[in-house]
Amino acid sequence: MYVIPLLGIPPQVLFGQLLLGLINGAFYAMLSLGLAVIFGLLNIINFAHGALYMMGAFCAYFLLNVLGIGYWPALIVAPIMVGIFGMILERTMLQWLSGLDHLYGLLLTFGIALIVQGVFQNYFGSSGLPYAIPDELKGGMNLGFMFLPIYRGWVVVFSLIVCLLTWFLIERTRLGANLRAATENPTLVRAFGINVPRMITLTYGLGVGLAALAGVLSAPINQVRPLMGADLIIVVFAVVVIGGMGSIMGSIITGFALGIIEGLTKYFYPEASNTVVFVLMVLVLLVKPSGLTGRAT
Amino acid sequence: MTVLTDDILPTSGRAVRDEMIAFAVMAGLLLIVPLTGVYPFFVMQALCFALLACAFNLLIGYGGLLSFGHAMFLGTAGYVTAHALKVWGVSPELGILLGTAGAAALGVITGLVAIRRQGIYFAMITLALSQLLYFIYLQTPFTHGEDGIQGIPQGYLFGIFNLARPTTLYYVILAGFLFGFLLIYRTINSPFGEVLKAIRENEPRAISLGYKTDQYKLLAYILSATLAGFAGSLKVFVAQNASLTDVHWSMSGEIVLMTLVGGLGTIFGPVVGAFVIIAMQQYLAGFGQWVTVIQGVIFVTCVLTFRRGVIGEIAHYFRRSL
Repeated sequence: MYVIPLLGIPPQVLFGQLLLGLINGAFYAMLSLGLAVIFGLLNIINFAHGALYMMGAFCAYFLLNVLGIGYWPALIVAPIMVGIFGMILERTMLQWLSGLDHLYGLLLTFGIALIVQGVFQNYFGSSGLPYAIPDELKGGMNLGFMFLPIYRGWVVVFSLIVCLLTWFLIERTRLGANLRAATENPTLVRAFGINVPRMITLTYGLGVGLAALAGVLSAPINQVRPLMGADLIIVVFAVVVIGGMGSIMGSIITGFALGIIEGLTKYFYPEASNTVVFVLMVLVLLVKPSGLTGRAT
Repeated sequence: MTVLTDDILPTSGRAVRDEMIAFAVMAGLLLIVPLTGVYPFFVMQALCFALLACAFNLLIGYGGLLSFGHAMFLGTAGYVTAHALKVWGVSPELGILLGTAGAAALGVITGLVAIRRQGIYFAMITLALSQLLYFIYLQTPFTHGEDGIQGIPQGYLFGIFNLARPTTLYYVILAGFLFGFLLIYRTINSPFGEVLKAIRENEPRAISLGYKTDQYKLLAYILSATLAGFAGSLKVFVAQNASLTDVHWSMSGEIVLMTLVGGLGTIFGPVVGAFVIIAMQQYLAGFGQWVTVIQGVIFVTCVLTFRRGVIGEIAHYFRRSL
């Protein structure tokens, strides 16, 4: 705190960038979490994750502008609707890939991402659609060292709670225990009378729902754009490579940490803010190829 | 382990004869193109992408490594060649050499990072690396950002061949393509290629046989990068520009799509795939973003029902290797 003014840096701006970094970190965490859970059970890297995140934001936009349903219901409705869409994808397409090489899952979901993004681009162009911050979260607070827009603070806190709840669900409940068991050995879990195919579908729905929820949260901050998830998903891939997909908590911590680092870079060396996560990925690969928390594969 | 091509027949005398006939047919058809009145620009463009897809296929089809960032070699070689031709005023052959060398150097650097992980991680890492490069090219001055390098002089190859003449340019591009194609064919059928296939089928076993698999994969990666760069350098003379589109992830996706449509791990598949996709883009150019949607549909259809690709299905039907 005392060093920063010496460097001639207005702390207002620095904390503003840190907050933005935390928000991006929250999205990285929620998306990489979903990717990790899906990969664990389906052995598929879901390239469509960015497109589904975008669908979450568009879903909130339609709910508001077509049906007059506001932000709060959208937080629940949009993830469920996109989650159902995801489950349909899993039932109709992804499930046929079990037993095939992982790469086919990547290619199939890449195709799905192209279709979804292309359709939205046709109807909405590439520019952003505004989504208003709900009245309850408008305005800001003066914390003394910085001005905190309430909505941004809300996004950080709420995403953190969602991430921790997901962690709790998977690591600490009976349902999660079944899920982890099915990740290790689906055949054996099936022999115990658990409906693994249904579990796979629901897991995919859960991962997709998390992505859609991140999309809804981001709508008032980043506007609603058809390509909002296309570049994000590549950064999230780098996050996944850095953190590894072995642990849920690892995904959460890596996501937030990288968001903060990105925020700091945006402040101290803005030219590198787009690339810092990729550079970190290269460094991690050189020093610890298996990723920070993952097992070597 | 990675099993992408389930029915590759061992190389036999018959297979070699089939491949020779197919090659002769392909080369013959391509040689007479300027006489037929087909728009040469289209064929030249398709040939550049065909070589690019063949280079990509060397990695996925024979090494089992899916690179989702091959556009970075296309784009890098394009930028280097374009810059050398326009700003330094070098001769075309030197421009191609510099561009290809640039892609090779990039292949060494990114290869050392990417081969540290396998399978699905390899795809994500190469994608991330190419995105890193995309942002670098977006910001460095010599690429001219969104505008790209335009109006590149074509010049005289070896001081004799006027590349501004479409027919001359066509045969130069064709010669480059056939050279690259035969080099890949030779690689696949060399002892080196056999070791690559062994690594694709069962890496732990290849390691236990004493092969340093990382070195083989790195070498295959660099070779693939170099040839992709060669294609990128040639493309500069056709398109006369170098732009960010060539480095974008969607270009990497198109390369994957071409190879998938033609047939992963087949010799002629990427060529057929490149012609199909480039033709589709030409004819559907007026449909805007629907082209992206159609590409997505082709991806989904290929993966779900048509995994062998055009050439793969034909080869499978006739029980031949092509």
